[in-house]
Amino acid sequence: MFTLQILVDGFAISALYGLGAIGFTLIFGVSGVLNLAHGGIMVVSGVAAWAVAGDLHAGPYLGALAGVAAGVLTAFATYGLVVRPIQRSRAIPRDETEIFVLTGTLLWGIMLQVAIAYLFSDNPVTVQPLIGGVVQVFGVRTPRNELLIAVISWVSIGLLWLLVNRTRAGRTLLAASINPRALTLLGFELSRIYLLVWAIYGVLAALAGVLLASFLGTSSANIGQLTASAFSIVVLGGLGSVSGSLIAAYVVGYLETITAYTVSPTLRTIPALLLLVLVVYLRPQGLLGRR
Amino acid sequence: MRRTGSWLWLVLLALVLLAALPLAVSGYILGVLTLAYYFGVFSMAWDLLFGFAGEVNFGPTFLIGLGAYAAGLLNTAGWPIPLCILAGALAAVLGGVLLALPALRLRGPYFGLITLVAVLLLQQAIVIFAGVTGGEIGLTIPDVISVDAGVNYWIALGFMAISGFLLFGLARSPVGLILQASGQDAVEAAALGFNVTKHKLAAFCISALFSGLAGALLVFYLGTASVGTVVDIAVGVQVIIAAVLGGRRTIVGAAIGAIFLIIAAEALRPLGQLSTLVVSAVALLAILFLPDGVVGYLLHRGRTP
Repeated sequence: MFTLQILVDGFAISALYGLGAIGFTLIFGVSGVLNLAHGGIMVVSGVAAWAVAGDLHAGPYLGALAGVAAGVLTAFATYGLVVRPIQRSRAIPRDETEIFVLTGTLLWGIMLQVAIAYLFSDNPVTVQPLIGGVVQVFGVRTPRNELLIAVISWVSIGLLWLLVNRTRAGRTLLAASINPRALTLLGFELSRIYLLVWAIYGVLAALAGVLLASFLGTSSANIGQLTASAFSIVVLGGLGSVSGSLIAAYVVGYLETITAYTVSPTLRTIPALLLLVLVVYLRPQGLLGRR
Repeated sequence: MRRTGSWLWLVLLALVLLAALPLAVSGYILGVLTLAYYFGVFSMAWDLLFGFAGEVNFGPTFLIGLGAYAAGLLNTAGWPIPLCILAGALAAVLGGVLLALPALRLRGPYFGLITLVAVLLLQQAIVIFAGVTGGEIGLTIPDVISVDAGVNYWIALGFMAISGFLLFGLARSPVGLILQASGQDAVEAAALGFNVTKHKLAAFCISALFSGLAGALLVFYLGTASVGTVVDIAVGVQVIIAAVLGGRRTIVGAAIGAIFLIIAAEALRPLGQLSTLVVSAVALLAILFLPDGVVGYLLHRGRTP
């Protein structure tokens, strides 16, 4: 019973972690950018969904849609206002672009956090779930919303897989992650590929943000924590590896759920952090990473 | 070389003027500046590690926090202040060695993540052992160095000046050059016969030593140690922003950046929450348009047309 409870609860939260982390790893794989404003984008979409659904009485569906739109816009803003100018700047030495992107996106994340806190306060808000009610799964009382979250997460992950492996645009993405220079020689416009990957990333992160807000609630104070957890999941799985990120998301999700249920909810993040330190020491490329 | 000479005089003049400040301004301003000077040391120590050894340390507050809490806890246990400060520095150096171990094996984002995790773990440890550390509320320290604003100000200024000269001298010494070489291309530096491992380890220890000392001194100035003032990632971010804003690889720029940031945050206080937004936006603009920082820009202006 207790084990089942952990299994069922952990599944949904892990699926959500996976969804949030996949976009993060995709962006790194294709364009070598670690976006430390990730949590900011997630919270922007969650809060936007809450504001449109609640304050404007638009209902949960329109709210979720508005949330995703806001998240995608924020992702584009992150690319257009912060990442792209840094990558194109002549004053920044090539080998230091990475640290500048990290610092720049970190600052951008802080700006998002403060702006949200100013406009909507940093009180946690919970988005109205798309469907209400409770069902029995293996004898465990589970909110329908939790099931919906798992389904939406996995459907999105499946769609992403189809997009990357079965469409022309997706294959150029894959090629860009392997050898961007060869791709430009073949006549592909790299900047358009980057726009596409940021669009996909925006949808994934925003979806994760809205769903998270309907599950655990969201607050501008969580931005740092969300970025850190996506970052650790992605490193644990191996930077740039999508399947590695999914496995890592489940490892972290279950580790947290088990700790929360059996030890104490206040300690829930610690075992995952320790595991991360251990993995990075012993196998720096992560579970499925390439170097 | 003449350039360095004229800079030195300028810095000395500025220090003399700053030292005379307690005769002219109120205790409130002195308090803000005291805090700013300790931040200056944090930033300079970070700059040594990043600008010269090339290690992206996202968790300067791991070292600062270790120094601050070690000093605070020992003082609560009845140790005298000087011993506490030494012990704090020692604890930070141990932490620095601990951080250096992965840094010698990992590069770039991986090491950055480890430093971030180190801060999170330290923060969790402080919260878990709330009975000893005071948890999220903070640890109240029984002793303070002085209750006089002027004395505290002079101690902070003196400490920043001495640390600055030592770190600057080190950065300009042959050791600093070797560090810079190992940071930019470790393989080539090793091929030239330099012991990269030894130099990087030394850089970590020195950076940790100054971070820890400053953290311990700050605790005895504030009379309290709390997660929000010496451990939180936001504090670490501020240290990094200060160094980038002032100019990487300049040491002096880091201190100037830190003093500017603290004063700007204080001056913008009437804006409330928005002050952080303004400061972050300014820092972001500086990164985009003045990536070498203010001091870096002034230095390079003469060199490249």
